[in-house]
Amino acid sequence: MKLNNEIIERHVGWLIVLTLLVISVGGLVEIVPLFFQQSTTTPVEGVKPYDPVRLVGRDIYVREGCYNCHSQMIRPFRAETERYGHYSVAGEFVYDRPFQWGSKRTGPDLARVGGRYSDTWQRMHLINPRDVVPESNMPAFPWLQRPVKSDDIESKLRGLRALGVPYTDADIAGAAKQLEGVSELDAIVAYLQGLGTAVKNTR
Amino acid sequence: MSDFVSEFWHYYVAGLTILSLLYCAWVLVSNMSRGKAGPAELHGHVWDEDLQEYNNPLPRWWLYLFWLTLIFSLGYFLLYPALGTSAGRLGWSSKGEYEAEMARAAERYDPIFDKYLKQDLQAVAADPEAQAMGQRLFLTYCAQCHGADARGSRGFPNLADGDWLHGGTPEAIKTTITQGRTGVMPPLGAALGGEGTKDVANYVRSLSGLAHDSLRAQRGREGFAQNCVACHGADGKGNVALGAPNLTDRIWLYGSSEAVIIETISKGRQNQMPAFHDLLGDSKVHLLSAYVLSLSRQQ
Repeated sequence: MKLNNEIIERHVGWLIVLTLLVISVGGLVEIVPLFFQQSTTTPVEGVKPYDPVRLVGRDIYVREGCYNCHSQMIRPFRAETERYGHYSVAGEFVYDRPFQWGSKRTGPDLARVGGRYSDTWQRMHLINPRDVVPESNMPAFPWLQRPVKSDDIESKLRGLRALGVPYTDADIAGAAKQLEGVSELDAIVAYLQGLGTAVKNTR
Repeated sequence: MSDFVSEFWHYYVAGLTILSLLYCAWVLVSNMSRGKAGPAELHGHVWDEDLQEYNNPLPRWWLYLFWLTLIFSLGYFLLYPALGTSAGRLGWSSKGEYEAEMARAAERYDPIFDKYLKQDLQAVAADPEAQAMGQRLFLTYCAQCHGADARGSRGFPNLADGDWLHGGTPEAIKTTITQGRTGVMPPLGAALGGEGTKDVANYVRSLSGLAHDSLRAQRGREGFAQNCVACHGADGKGNVALGAPNLTDRIWLYGSSEAVIIETISKGRQNQMPAFHDLLGDSKVHLLSAYVLSLSRQQ
């Protein structure tokens, strides 16, 4: 049998099939098994699905591109855990779709920012970071002082439920009511104040 | 750590990995045997009238490098947790590596921290090395609110001025860092009314000798007595047990203008210092307390 590159080079169908086969190996070995691993699919104790306010806050976080400068992934190195707290574990991100791990730290990691600052600090800092941290180069987000968009919250929750987040019918029915009178600033501060609080760093 | 829902996935990962390895080896072997002798053959394609391409074998150096990577992978499989449930000869895990790093750091730094933990806060505050350590800790954990120079900003207390909301004794400072503090000024706009609030604001300004409308201040005295003395005291000197600021010392957390004081009285204020013990632990809280204590000493 003369098996050489001619067969692949002259039949584009083979080229496509074999290329797909080769590049899928990495994903089949490294990604697919994760869907069947307890530590990646089971929430850590204390991690709950986002309530409507925090969910909307999370969407604002994504919308404003916070992940471009802030990661949410504390790696298991002393330099990181000294500054940010306990390293991140997979089960903390079960309800994050998509997760906000990020890969760029122009600003600090936010995986455990919940409770590190007061609500007032977070508000002032988002409206104008220089008011509290004069050296900061973070952009200001003054437009967040406006009401949240709440008309699509039910379909958002239903969409997440279809992906496996355990929202009940009552959760979905009551969602819009919880967003009444909530500003975008309220929502994103609520989101930030909940980040990483399930895993406690105790010394 | 692998905690798959079924044993199947161990075999799945190991199987695919070994198959890939064997496939690579087969490709390499089949290429080693080719192109041994004779002139290199042509591909048979012709472009632009006479342009042709040799079908040369893969370069030997490249093939040997590829073999080396395969051998490397065998060593890796043996040493690291790569195949199935094998933990690897080295017993490596990212958690284990982290814990080893922490243990090394503890061995090196704990004696230094412990030395200061055993000392009285006043003594630590006077120690230059402890002060340098405290400053670095302060810049990492505290500067975001209190500022790199510890002089605070609007709504966030200045720690370097010798004036304390919750007390400036070593114990009080340590308690503040350990447990956090909340400072709440209730909104009094409804109780005092618009004019009444302005009167009290003028009275408050008069307490520290700032310019004020003396008629309004006179009227405000009564409103102050009814609504403010419970926390700020009859003389307006505040109460460290409640975190109520001294209103007579010309140090202002939010500002001293009439407009700001009116805002404070009518809408109230809420301030919070988060608790840091869980994040920092005893020894760092101790060093930070001493550093903060030393800041006010420099006055």
